Amino acid sequence: MELIYLLFILALSVFLGFALISRVPPLLHTPLMSEANAICGIIIIGALIAAGKDAGSPLTIILGTSAVALATFNVVGGYLVTERMLKMFKKKDGK
Amino acid sequence: MSSEFITNLAYIISSILFAFGLKFLGSPVTARRGNMLSSLGMLLAVVATLCGSHLISFQWILIGIIIGGSLGALVAFKAAMTQMPQMIALLHGCGALASVFVDWTAFDVHGVPDLTGAVTLYLSIVIGGLTVTGSAIAWGKLSEKITGKPILFTGQKWFNLSLISAILILGFIFIRHAGNTLDIFAPHPSLYPLFLAILILSLLFGVLMVIPIGGADMPVVISVLNSYSGIVACTTGFVIHNTLLIVVGALVGANGVILSIIMCKAMNRSITNVLFGAFGNVVKKTGTEEKKEAKSMSVEDAFLVLENAKSVVIIPGYGLAVAQAQHAVRELSEFLEKNGCDVKYAIHPVAGRMPGHMNVLLAEANIPYDQLMEMDAINPLMDNVDVAIIIGANDVVNPASRHDKSSPIYGMPIINADKAKTVFVLKRSMATGFAGIENELFYYDNCRMIFGDAKQTVQALVAEFKHAS
Repeated sequence: MELIYLLFILALSVFLGFALISRVPPLLHTPLMSEANAICGIIIIGALIAAGKDAGSPLTIILGTSAVALATFNVVGGYLVTERMLKMFKKKDGK
Repeated sequence: MSSEFITNLAYIISSILFAFGLKFLGSPVTARRGNMLSSLGMLLAVVATLCGSHLISFQWILIGIIIGGSLGALVAFKAAMTQMPQMIALLHGCGALASVFVDWTAFDVHGVPDLTGAVTLYLSIVIGGLTVTGSAIAWGKLSEKITGKPILFTGQKWFNLSLISAILILGFIFIRHAGNTLDIFAPHPSLYPLFLAILILSLLFGVLMVIPIGGADMPVVISVLNSYSGIVACTTGFVIHNTLLIVVGALVGANGVILSIIMCKAMNRSITNVLFGAFGNVVKKTGTEEKKEAKSMSVEDAFLVLENAKSVVIIPGYGLAVAQAQHAVRELSEFLEKNGCDVKYAIHPVAGRMPGHMNVLLAEANIPYDQLMEMDAINPLMDNVDVAIIIGANDVVNPASRHDKSSPIYGMPIINADKAKTVFVLKRSMATGFAGIENELFYYDNCRMIFGDAKQTVQALVAEFKHAS
């Protein structure tokens, strides 16, 4: 039952993704991709559990901590660089 | 209410915020608000996980966040806009590596609890592994640390084929074995070597997957890796039973798929052709055609034409960014507008090194985005354009794609620059573009070549305008 429920969520999310993203104009495709990188950093919540709960042996401590560092890099780097790019898009009258 | 319930509730709100974030990216007016909402969603998800997951120790988390956060901020502020494609490739790789590490930890601590777990863990480390090294190679190619030319060796096809078979066979053994030795607390000792072997082969496959792809095809590679990085987040969600990972992974995966399709359409090639067929089989034409003469023009004469033009379309290619001519081009267009001329920029989908790259480069030079026109929007207007100025673009304006069936770019959608009354081509020499194809536009009667460095030529034109005013 658990699996079918996760697959159900997956199917709907794929539809949602296609519906939302096909409406993004080519003008914003690069910020869109960096935004996707940033939200892909959601793996951080898996990494937090790995580093904060599962880590016991030296191996899992290294894996968990690296995972947190890499995911945070994605989140922080992704959002900041998206913001930097979006700030540059201006209309003719300057706003 | 259990803390698990509250955490899941927070995850639902996060998903909604992410969805709105992407929705607001649909327009440049609301895009920044979207980015803000999305980052709030991320913050909420992190806080909910920290509070609601019965975490035991926080010191490793803190160390990880400090290292990752400071490096992320540093790179985000330091990266130049021309370096954006390699920055994105780097982020793909990091996300996938984080997923692989999370999978590994889950495997090490919890083993393989059920058959579904075995299948998703296998998929997750395979796709994760090849995304990590594939992104690393893409990063190397884009930052020109590795040659942009396709790297080929004899027996490559057979080597790749046997590598794929090995990954599939090992996977089959892994899943069967895991199904027989279901273990909730730790992996069965015999599973560990299999797990590591699959991971190492997947890492190797990632390298071999990207090295034969040429620099010109990088926009597709980046998009494909983007969708892989989403799929990995998704499969990891199945491994650790986390719904938010599945939702976000699906959103990112869909993003990568859409962008890959757009890029392939813009090059009139199939995705399999890009990923598995090296582009170099240019049909060599026999020398029966008479050698035509391209007409060149001086900057002074070009100025006289531009001075009388009522509408100008500038068609930039990646060469414009290489020459760092964006700011000079903006200056030129300001003078043209002061002169009562309508200036537009026509952007081909594959101009630049990744989807939308050219738009960012022009936005950085303070060119207003309402002047940037997509190919399909500008083409019907080209007949009424007085001057089309092509700067650093080549294949995307080659009219051969419309009629010459023997041309390798036949069928590729182009910007119809040749329809303009006069066409200026700013170019260093008569050399061919990425695809190595002769551009017949250069020999058209309405086309004039202005040879020299693009930036210097544009600056010279600006100087002429300054002089005249």
